[in-house]
Amino acid sequence: MRDMHIHFAYLDERTKRMIRRAILKAVAIPGYQVPFGSREMPLPYGWGTGGIQVTASIIGSDDVLKVIDQGSDDTVNAVNIRRFFQRTTGVEVTTDTTAASIIQTRHRIPETPLREGQILVYQVPVPEPMQHLEPLEVETRKLHALQEYGLMHVNLYEDLAHFGQIATTYDYPVLVNSRYIMAPSPIPKFDNPKMHMNPALQLFGAGREKRIYAVPPYTSVESLGFEDHPFSVQHWEQPCGICGARDSFLDEVITDDQGGRLFVCSDSDYCAKTQAAAERPGSAL
Amino acid sequence: MSQAPLLRVRDLRCAYGAREVVRGISFDLWPGEVLAVVGESGSGKSTLLNAVAARHAPVGGTVEFAVRQGPDGVGELAEIYAMTEAQRRLLARTDWGFVHQNAADGLRMNVSAGANVSERLMALGQRHYGRLRAQASDWLQRVEIDPARIDDRPDTFSGGMRQRLQIARNLITAPRLVFMDEPTSSLDVSVQARLLDMLRMLTRQMELAAIIVTHDLAVARLLAQRMVVMQGGNAVEAGLTDQVLDDPQHPYTQLLVSSVLPP
Repeated sequence: MRDMHIHFAYLDERTKRMIRRAILKAVAIPGYQVPFGSREMPLPYGWGTGGIQVTASIIGSDDVLKVIDQGSDDTVNAVNIRRFFQRTTGVEVTTDTTAASIIQTRHRIPETPLREGQILVYQVPVPEPMQHLEPLEVETRKLHALQEYGLMHVNLYEDLAHFGQIATTYDYPVLVNSRYIMAPSPIPKFDNPKMHMNPALQLFGAGREKRIYAVPPYTSVESLGFEDHPFSVQHWEQPCGICGARDSFLDEVITDDQGGRLFVCSDSDYCAKTQAAAERPGSAL
Repeated sequence: MSQAPLLRVRDLRCAYGAREVVRGISFDLWPGEVLAVVGESGSGKSTLLNAVAARHAPVGGTVEFAVRQGPDGVGELAEIYAMTEAQRRLLARTDWGFVHQNAADGLRMNVSAGANVSERLMALGQRHYGRLRAQASDWLQRVEIDPARIDDRPDTFSGGMRQRLQIARNLITAPRLVFMDEPTSSLDVSVQARLLDMLRMLTRQMELAAIIVTHDLAVARLLAQRMVVMQGGNAVEAGLTDQVLDDPQHPYTQLLVSSVLPP
């Protein structure tokens, strides 16, 4: 399976050490964006080059890898990244959240709770949560350093003033360890509470922007809000159309041109397991 | 007026490279006092203002400010350039205000008027949307902007409204000192008059000290109790506004006063 002409996990060892040093620093300062020398990868920017570099520098031959895109194991991005690591490392791959030691993700956190020892690697397009309000990076770095985060609430205020509710539904800003404001990457805000006190290590890689940041295990992650308009997550009227789960994030699928639509779990592994459990009455998941 | 000055500037020197543009200016400002700095363009007025407002580090001299201690207590004079940057920035967004000539420099043009006005409160940690909005609406009224326009963006506002919005944004934290760089000169005369009226009322009501940089002697006459005349980086004359304007001593001040065209 492994292509022996390519160095293990594609990157050379010195690059991996450089990235590991950045990761260690990121873990030491939860939520702080550590600059690193991002490399050119054999995939285009926007396909997860940051996440791939993080995974490549932490993966070992005995790791078990799971790759998801929008919760699903079989979308283009996930399939390609999984194949990339199969070819360059030959590690075992899985779709089972509980079996994986490293999970690289784009836009979702798995529904199945993570456990200690697992690592969740996020692909991040825009690491700076204040970029839309303050275009100068020199200035945003200063705002982080001095903990001047009034701007973030200006953003939420605008949502409330124009829509009557906080209309930000993904990449919802969080305060990590009561210190740094962090962009959680474009995960739905439904997933934000899962980051709080999570037993797994969460690593974030932004390839184009050349930043790595991290949330270590059991770290507080608080979603921003107003006292009279607190943070809340989305809810659905109906259960998943395939497995019947009521506690998962649902995607809306248009089934025909007569207005037919189906709501299904975005996490394919979770959906399959719930279905299997329903078919075997009495067995626990 | 109280006994201690709010701001003490001593022998302030500013330079751009080797060129010295402010050559040793000293003055005191007392609480509630409005000081006008007048002079022709290029005389170093704006550089002086920026240096005093901690926006441009001087090459020499001191700027000391009586930092607020506790809810009402006023502390000792503290050298602002000896503070940490965090302290200076906190001071600049709580106890100070800065009104730019061009309102677009002092406002966030892409967020609503309400967010502009309440940004400082949010920066200070207020997290109650209803109360923030009530305060923003109250301040819009005080600067004579229809509160119904609270959700409109400042790029839909006229020049005079933008300037008033900028003033509301600065005054919402009840600062004790406001710096104004040509606050009226980009406005037409009738709008200017209204703005000046409003400024005069607000400085009296809030016992606000202000330093106003202007090239317009009428603005100085209307708002300021004292004035400093600058030429080539030096303060050539200083004193009570009426005294300086009615009985100018220095040849440059005499020239300045006589250059004003009567309507």
